Amino acid sequence: MKATATVPALSFRSRLPSFRHFATFLGVVIVGAAILIAIFAPYLTPHDPFAQNLNLRMIPPVWMDESMPEHLLGTDQLGRDYLSRLIYGARISLLIGVLTVVTSGLIGITLGIIGGFYGGRTDQFVMFLITCRLSIPLILVALTVVALVGSSLAVVILTLGLLLWDRFAVVARTTTMQVRNLDYIAAAQAAGASRIHILLREVLPNIANHLVVVATLEMALAILLEAALSFLGLGVPPPLPSWGLMIAEAKEYMFFSPWVIMTPGIALFVLVLGINLLGDGLRDLLKAGSRQ
Amino acid sequence: MTASTPEPVLSVAGLRVSFRQTEAVRGVSLAVGRGETHCVVGESGCGKSISALSVMNLLPRGAIRTADHIRFQGQDLLKLSETQFARLRGDKIAMIFQEPMTSLNPAYTIGSQMSEVFERHRRATRRQAMDRAAELLARVGITAPGMRLGQYPHQLSGGLRQRVMIAMALMCDPELLIADEPTTALDVTVQAQILRLLQKLQQELGLALLLITHDFGVVARMAQRVSVMYAGEVIESGTAADLFAAPTHPYTRGLLECIPVPGQVAPGERLGSIPGAVPRIAPGFVGCGFRERCALATPECARAVPKRAAGGDHSYLCRLQPDWKRDAAA
Repeated sequence: MKATATVPALSFRSRLPSFRHFATFLGVVIVGAAILIAIFAPYLTPHDPFAQNLNLRMIPPVWMDESMPEHLLGTDQLGRDYLSRLIYGARISLLIGVLTVVTSGLIGITLGIIGGFYGGRTDQFVMFLITCRLSIPLILVALTVVALVGSSLAVVILTLGLLLWDRFAVVARTTTMQVRNLDYIAAAQAAGASRIHILLREVLPNIANHLVVVATLEMALAILLEAALSFLGLGVPPPLPSWGLMIAEAKEYMFFSPWVIMTPGIALFVLVLGINLLGDGLRDLLKAGSRQ
Repeated sequence: MTASTPEPVLSVAGLRVSFRQTEAVRGVSLAVGRGETHCVVGESGCGKSISALSVMNLLPRGAIRTADHIRFQGQDLLKLSETQFARLRGDKIAMIFQEPMTSLNPAYTIGSQMSEVFERHRRATRRQAMDRAAELLARVGITAPGMRLGQYPHQLSGGLRQRVMIAMALMCDPELLIADEPTTALDVTVQAQILRLLQKLQQELGLALLLITHDFGVVARMAQRVSVMYAGEVIESGTAADLFAAPTHPYTRGLLECIPVPGQVAPGERLGSIPGAVPRIAPGFVGCGFRERCALATPECARAVPKRAAGGDHSYLCRLQPDWKRDAAA
């Protein structure tokens, strides 16, 4: 059954191998570059991203007139170096992406595996939680929480982390249900394995490939949501160089100097695209490799 | 019967398992002695696997199990807590499953799966466990065990995987091995190899082997004792020699007539067949479960069926006398 199911998929993929490979490769390059840039930000930035210089406000990037070579991407409305802020912004975005995924993954995977494995009442309860979560409007709740508690990086990460676990839970639940009735789970029980051992060591590794894909999608989503929250003024607090915040600060100037809004916008677009391409690639890779 | 000690390794009496609308097992009793192979034979859905699983206390959710006793080496398994049971499983009682393709976890190497059992029950180091695993792989006839330990299940063929499962079951020197249709998923030549291997290991290690099968060929080859199950009951049991020499229950006779025997069944002659399918037994069912398919059924069969002895250990559940002749009764 499994063999016949993979045959059409394989033949479909073999028709477009070069594009698939290229897309995945591009994703890896973009995400890899973003991670390296985030890690080595202090060594890469030409200027202090927080240093203001009101004499040098709104300097355009180098390919435009009246630019200054030491500010490659120009400066913002407070005279801060745009390239440096962009580089530090990658840190914020990735930090939020990764920590949010860790938090929400922990919640969602735990719920999903327990619901999927035990079934019955437990599963109904988990499904109820998932339904509740799905009926909550994300941005609205995030806005309310941040407005009530006050905005800080930690609050944004926790809020997003506590809200974005639904897809993890759904995927973990259905994949666990598929794995639960396989003989090796029964064999592990027959060999005296404890429940916790079965959930963590028998079930989890066999559904991990699906979860990795969800993680990439959620990470992209978290980064976009943070940008949206920051744009609305309820995300990362102002002096921090977040891409969403940069877009928000630039919106007043977009008619006269469109590059101030385009630069962080393009950065955001490229990173999210890269993560999604990587996720797609991983999905294909793991789908092919995980079974016989 | 070879070397059957007075106290059997496993003895089950009056085992009943029911699901909400179905009685899957209705008063099964069986015993397996040391060094003995007890085959439970029957068609799909007759309750043989459920009986085996209830000995392991691994019944699916919603099943209700009762029994007069389930005794393993004199220990009452009904009184054990789940933790105590977990300690027993894989250690003193091991089990082999039907489907070697899915009974190994695809995420781990053979070696890590095998050594895990040993580490858990024997508190051994990874090193010792791996040595033991290699030793057992060699013992079940796998060449280059060192290489196999590092491989993943998908790199092995079905027959090899079933050998690995057997080796894994033997890691902790079990007293009782329950094999649930261990050869059903394998092709015939591999099946013969696996059966030969099980037989050899059983003789060498003095295992009590509870072998579940639907194949009378396997029974003839392996069993010292046989229990024929039908619709949740053991309808006939005895030593293999007695049972094959004088099958008494109409169902057992019917089953044996279905098998072509070279030399006895003439070419072109019709084989026997049993019409219908195993009925679903609802709670409160009385009488013989086979009566709707039995050519010899009378209204009397709707009443409780007596258990009759047919000499020695041989017993069966039917209203007919042991010496009934097919033609006379019909």
